[in-house]
Amino acid sequence: MYQAIVFLPLLGAIIAALISLAGAHARHPGGTPAAGTEDHAHGPVDESHPHEPHAALLASSAEPRTQQPAAAGGSRPSELVTTVLLFASMLLSWVAFVDVGFAHHDARVTLFPWIISGDLKIDWALRIDTLTAVMLVVVGTISAFVHLYSIGYMEEDPHRPRFFAYLSLFTFAMLMLVTADNLVQLFFGWEGVGLMSYLLIGFWYQKPEANAAAIKAFLVNRVGDFGFSLGIFAVFALTGAIEFDTIFAQAPALTGKTIHFLGANVDALTLICLLLFMGAMGKSAQFLLHTWLPDAMEGPTPVSALIHAATMVTAGVFMVARLSPLFDLAPDAQTFVTFIGATTAFFAATVALVQNDIKRIIAYSTCSQLGYMFVAMGTGAYSIGMFHLFTHAFFKALLFLGSGSVIIAMHHEQDIRHMGGLKDRLPFTYWTMVVGTLALTGFPLTAGYFSKDAIIEAAYAAHNPMALYAFWATVIAAALTAFYSWRLILLTFHGSPHDYHHYEQARESPLVMIIPLGVLAVGSIFAGFPFQDLFAGHGASDFFRDSLKLAQENGILENMHHAPYLVTVLPTVMMAVGFVIAWQFYMRRPQLPAELARQHNALYRFLLNKWYFDEIYDAIIVRPTLWLARVLWKGGDGWLIDGFGPDGVSARVLEVTQGAIRLQTGYLYHYAFAMLIGVAAFITWFMFGGRIG
Amino acid sequence: MTIGLGHYLTVAAIIFTIGIFGIFVNRKNVIIILMSIELILLAVNINLVAFSSFLGDLVGQVYALLVLTVAAAESAIGLAILVAYYRNRGSIAVEDINLMKG
Repeated sequence: MYQAIVFLPLLGAIIAALISLAGAHARHPGGTPAAGTEDHAHGPVDESHPHEPHAALLASSAEPRTQQPAAAGGSRPSELVTTVLLFASMLLSWVAFVDVGFAHHDARVTLFPWIISGDLKIDWALRIDTLTAVMLVVVGTISAFVHLYSIGYMEEDPHRPRFFAYLSLFTFAMLMLVTADNLVQLFFGWEGVGLMSYLLIGFWYQKPEANAAAIKAFLVNRVGDFGFSLGIFAVFALTGAIEFDTIFAQAPALTGKTIHFLGANVDALTLICLLLFMGAMGKSAQFLLHTWLPDAMEGPTPVSALIHAATMVTAGVFMVARLSPLFDLAPDAQTFVTFIGATTAFFAATVALVQNDIKRIIAYSTCSQLGYMFVAMGTGAYSIGMFHLFTHAFFKALLFLGSGSVIIAMHHEQDIRHMGGLKDRLPFTYWTMVVGTLALTGFPLTAGYFSKDAIIEAAYAAHNPMALYAFWATVIAAALTAFYSWRLILLTFHGSPHDYHHYEQARESPLVMIIPLGVLAVGSIFAGFPFQDLFAGHGASDFFRDSLKLAQENGILENMHHAPYLVTVLPTVMMAVGFVIAWQFYMRRPQLPAELARQHNALYRFLLNKWYFDEIYDAIIVRPTLWLARVLWKGGDGWLIDGFGPDGVSARVLEVTQGAIRLQTGYLYHYAFAMLIGVAAFITWFMFGGRIG
Repeated sequence: MTIGLGHYLTVAAIIFTIGIFGIFVNRKNVIIILMSIELILLAVNINLVAFSSFLGDLVGQVYALLVLTVAAAESAIGLAILVAYYRNRGSIAVEDINLMKG
């Protein structure tokens, strides 16, 4: 069963990829063209072979002649195959969830030995415990519904088989990541999702911004992955193993050990955890390495929902949870995790306040919520962090898919200032997005209410040096979250339309897009309460068992329940405050925000430019790198190596041959003269030299 | 004055030298080069016949006949090439024949 869960998406990806390849081949019978020319080459190819059977058969009347009919032909099967396989995988995930979480049937499925090299022995194995089961459910469910949604969202795109192949392959990599039994397998999945993220952000490769965003995401993640791989090496150096079980068994013995790093002896476990956390910071877009996530919104919206909200960006949180036995032994590293998480939660929320792109607001919101999860991880409340991951996946995917529905209805307009009044046009999208917003802001009894409040309480109850900072940062961020979320809703769906042309044409999305919205809305409401006891209550120890370091053992869960009443209602109060302010700003006195922005222009610009992070990185990293690269290119490669190497040698050869050419005049008498001189020389030699020789 | 071997050889040497200079000094016409080559061969023939006569060995005269034949064939081929060349390029001036220039 577990093999089926993991490998069904891979099967779907392979089938869709074959269809995609076949489509590409049909479009370009002459051979494989360069990727960049694919879209410009279709015209002449199609018109020069009008008798080609598939070109004639598959040109559906709905599509203009300029689109590649060959690709559209294989699209439907590829969509169906991948989506059906994903739904099968999702159902099995739920079965596994019940089986593992409640019937306690943990499993370890060894598939085959992978690497055997000296002391290093790595099996390809699936590790199924409650932590994995939770992730399986999240990934399977969100991915299945995103596949379904994409059938509607990508309807006009000629490259759907490729899109669905990517999506399914992403799901496979993500499942590989969460079922990993050792660090290397985790790294495989980690890089796999990174690659698919790159490919999907750059899916519309004709757009230069999409390419730039894809490269940025890839590069920023490399920074994190560099730390992550160093962490894996350090773990192997100290324990001689990379299987989780072996590492965890040896971890207590490692406390107090030091390791030589950068010329100083540092605490081994702290260093390992910090290095591993660096990977998590990159993947989960935490403060300092967050810049790629907002840009990643250049990708198609289903991708944003699946990868950049629900699953891949939570891989960092999952990794910390998986390695919680290590992190629990390294309090300094935990303090750092708390600090970064709290800072991210606050920072991203402030930036989201003033953004105008509907997807970027939600992207910063994701960033902020990931900060919440890391606060939970840092304070030792691992199960609560997983709880927020679980609930967040539902409502954030819902918000993204809802915004995708809006974007489609508005003909790819993403600026919320140009929207308005859409609630009558898109009633279903409106109500589901309201549900998602309620869950995100932590409205009582919705999913977010339970998980987010639990994190704030955990931050209050923790004994971490950064806990108080984290508590206030998350509380303030809760108010900011409510404000920017309602701002988005109010500007998009309420008020008067700013663009009548688009408003008139806006239509509710088709059924395949609405069903996922509905399902996720239901999830946003009901993912909280039924699971509260399992994740954050007394049922946690029975539910998670030893799959993660339990909060009971370090006392967080116990302390949480003794938090003052004021602390428990504070997040709800903050949420209400945020909502009221948003209502004031955007419903009752719509001129107020502009006035405020004018009065505090510096602050407004600071937030609008995202704390100038892109500019700072541009100045201190990108430009020096480009400068250095230019120096090495022009000076090192062009002048030194080429000048004295190949180019220099060929220049010398040319000079010599120029001289030789000058000898060849082409005049007959010159050659004859040379012959005569030669003959004379020979005769002279015979007459005088021959005797001597 | 009796005409001895030395006179023949001197005449041959003079003709040979004229032939050599004909090749180098002439810059105008390829036909003159062909004629110069004929002169060189002629000089050689005179040598051969002279030595043959003075040494009483007929092989030299036979060889001279052979050289004559070869010279006739050579000038025929050379003229044929010239005609073909003229048809193609419209000129047989020596300065213009520099296709082999690098």
